[in-house]
Amino acid sequence: MAKGRTLYDKIWDSHTVEVLSTGQTQLFVGLHLIHEITTAPAFDMLRERGFDVAFPERTFATVDHIVPTDVRTRPFLDSQAEELTQMLEKNVGEFGIDFFGLESDKQGIVHVIGPQLGLTQPGMTLACGDSHTSTHGAFGALAFGIGTSQVRDVLATQTLAMDRLKVRRININGSLAQGVYAKDVILNIIRRLGVSGGKGFAYEYGGTVIDKMNMEERMTVCNMSIEGGALVGYVNPDATTFQFLQGREYAPKGADFERAVGYWKSVASDGDAAFDDVVNMNGAEIEPTVTWGINPGQAVGVSEKLPRPEEFADPDGAKKAYEHMGWKPGAPILGTPINVAFVGSCTNSRLSDLRAAAQIAQGRKVHSGIRALVVPGSAEVKALAEKEGLDKIFLAAGFEWRAAGCSMCLAMNPDKLQGREVCASSSNRNFIGRQGSPGGRTLLMSPAMVAAAALNGKVVDVREYLR
Amino acid sequence: MSNDSKIIRVAGTALSVKGNDIDTDRIIPARYLKEATFARMGEYPFFDERFDAAGKPKPHPFNDPKYQGAAILLVNKNFGCGSSREHAPQALYRFGIHAIVGESFAAIFAGNCVMLGMSAVTVGEREIEALMRLAESQPKTIFALDLAAKTLTYGEGKSLSIAIPESSRKALTEGSWDSTAMLHANLGKVKTVAVRLPYMTGFKG
Repeated sequence: MAKGRTLYDKIWDSHTVEVLSTGQTQLFVGLHLIHEITTAPAFDMLRERGFDVAFPERTFATVDHIVPTDVRTRPFLDSQAEELTQMLEKNVGEFGIDFFGLESDKQGIVHVIGPQLGLTQPGMTLACGDSHTSTHGAFGALAFGIGTSQVRDVLATQTLAMDRLKVRRININGSLAQGVYAKDVILNIIRRLGVSGGKGFAYEYGGTVIDKMNMEERMTVCNMSIEGGALVGYVNPDATTFQFLQGREYAPKGADFERAVGYWKSVASDGDAAFDDVVNMNGAEIEPTVTWGINPGQAVGVSEKLPRPEEFADPDGAKKAYEHMGWKPGAPILGTPINVAFVGSCTNSRLSDLRAAAQIAQGRKVHSGIRALVVPGSAEVKALAEKEGLDKIFLAAGFEWRAAGCSMCLAMNPDKLQGREVCASSSNRNFIGRQGSPGGRTLLMSPAMVAAAALNGKVVDVREYLR
Repeated sequence: MSNDSKIIRVAGTALSVKGNDIDTDRIIPARYLKEATFARMGEYPFFDERFDAAGKPKPHPFNDPKYQGAAILLVNKNFGCGSSREHAPQALYRFGIHAIVGESFAAIFAGNCVMLGMSAVTVGEREIEALMRLAESQPKTIFALDLAAKTLTYGEGKSLSIAIPESSRKALTEGSWDSTAMLHANLGKVKTVAVRLPYMTGFKG
């Protein structure tokens, strides 16, 4: 009997240009987002080979990775940051690409501004030279990170040579308890399926927990698909999606919007769609979650003790994590001392993330000796947060309130850990050296958990603040 | 495509970097992504594991003179997980590594390898352990990867079969791994597909 098709199948098929001699598919890329880090050599290669940008109106640029989040005067103190920024400015000018630069009210982390501007829409393919491009899958788009040579291909042809993925449906059923956020959901998915469990798959997230999530929460889940090894993660578009898009700058308007909704509905997976794998999880079993190791799958619920290396398929990997982090198996994660607290990154720097952190910080003080930063994901998030007074809450509590950028997620800017500092972080990667110090240590958690850790100077259970 | 872009055979001595889930931040720390070109990336692979804060070398296979000139890197599971930075395979390639043999690779990393004309092929867990032991105990052993035969030969006529996605194998052996020209040849068709997609015309009726 004929089975229905998944969103993945539908978008893949409608964007297929050709099957190449290698057996790969030449796939049309509906939207291309670029930033200052992974693009300069791509433009150089384009010039060397005499190619033009095929569809300049389908590429949008911003600066996020390298920009300072405190003093933003030009030229930047970091001459390399200045050079890369100038190169992007020159390249977008030369090729006629729209650019949301440092002075623009549309500047921000590429995965925050795409959705915010209504550029990211259901039924599209979307590529960007950044692995967290999976974020945009929250809208029911096929969105994936690419390398610099692939950026060259997209610029020159608006297409990529791609292999088709299998689709794994992940149902998060039931409902989440208070104090449990989208971040905890995705950390638990990765903990269960592993950091390479998604290899060869697109993840389709669904179930009542995902259905009830707002778009920002869905973006947090899809954002970390790549941390589970899945190149693509998506949620089927629904009324929540359409409502989010309505009225956004680049979203269709009026009768065009009505036609768009018709198309967007049509790309959702059919009710009888066939999946290559199905995983079911119970949302009610998820606790506020914290990573203890050196990859995002090494995570525990806040009430759990740290696991023994022998409990893992790869005990050596767990031992390496303990060696770097300096903890002992069997110790509680609760009470682990921190030095730095970071609310930000493409995973958790949107308005609802800042609200959740502010709710905890309001009327309280950051623990003495703790450096705490809040870095909004975009200039618009910053402005909206200031309009509702979140900046004042954070500043009164002793957090620094910064301008938009990737900041301490990957420390390509002045925001870095020092020495062996431990950071409670709402970002996406706890890899060795990730936050700018080779000896630095990262504990990934939700923004509310980061705020609670900042107030206490150690890992605490955010639910204590919500009872 | 010209014949010289066809990659059929890669041969040389080998070195191992052991451990699962070695991420691209470890392969190349983000601060080196601030360079505007890939030209110097060959100086940086595993930098923070190879040098202390004062720049003094630490024990690491990439610092060990006995592996100098190695063309083949032996790794374990999920090598290259994390960021999409092409700087990671660029750093390895420009250091002199032209093929990676491992248990498995992260998706974006493996794709980036092909785009540079670098082979990333897989063998089983026991096989990689044996290869690593051999490369350590007899570092002058020549390993030869043959993408046409899908074999890795080494030592005194020993051989084992390797796996690689067929599309990657074809791209390397046909010389179409640098895909821009191949994709660009279909630009007319690309435009046809584009106009059929309703969002490309703003959903105008």
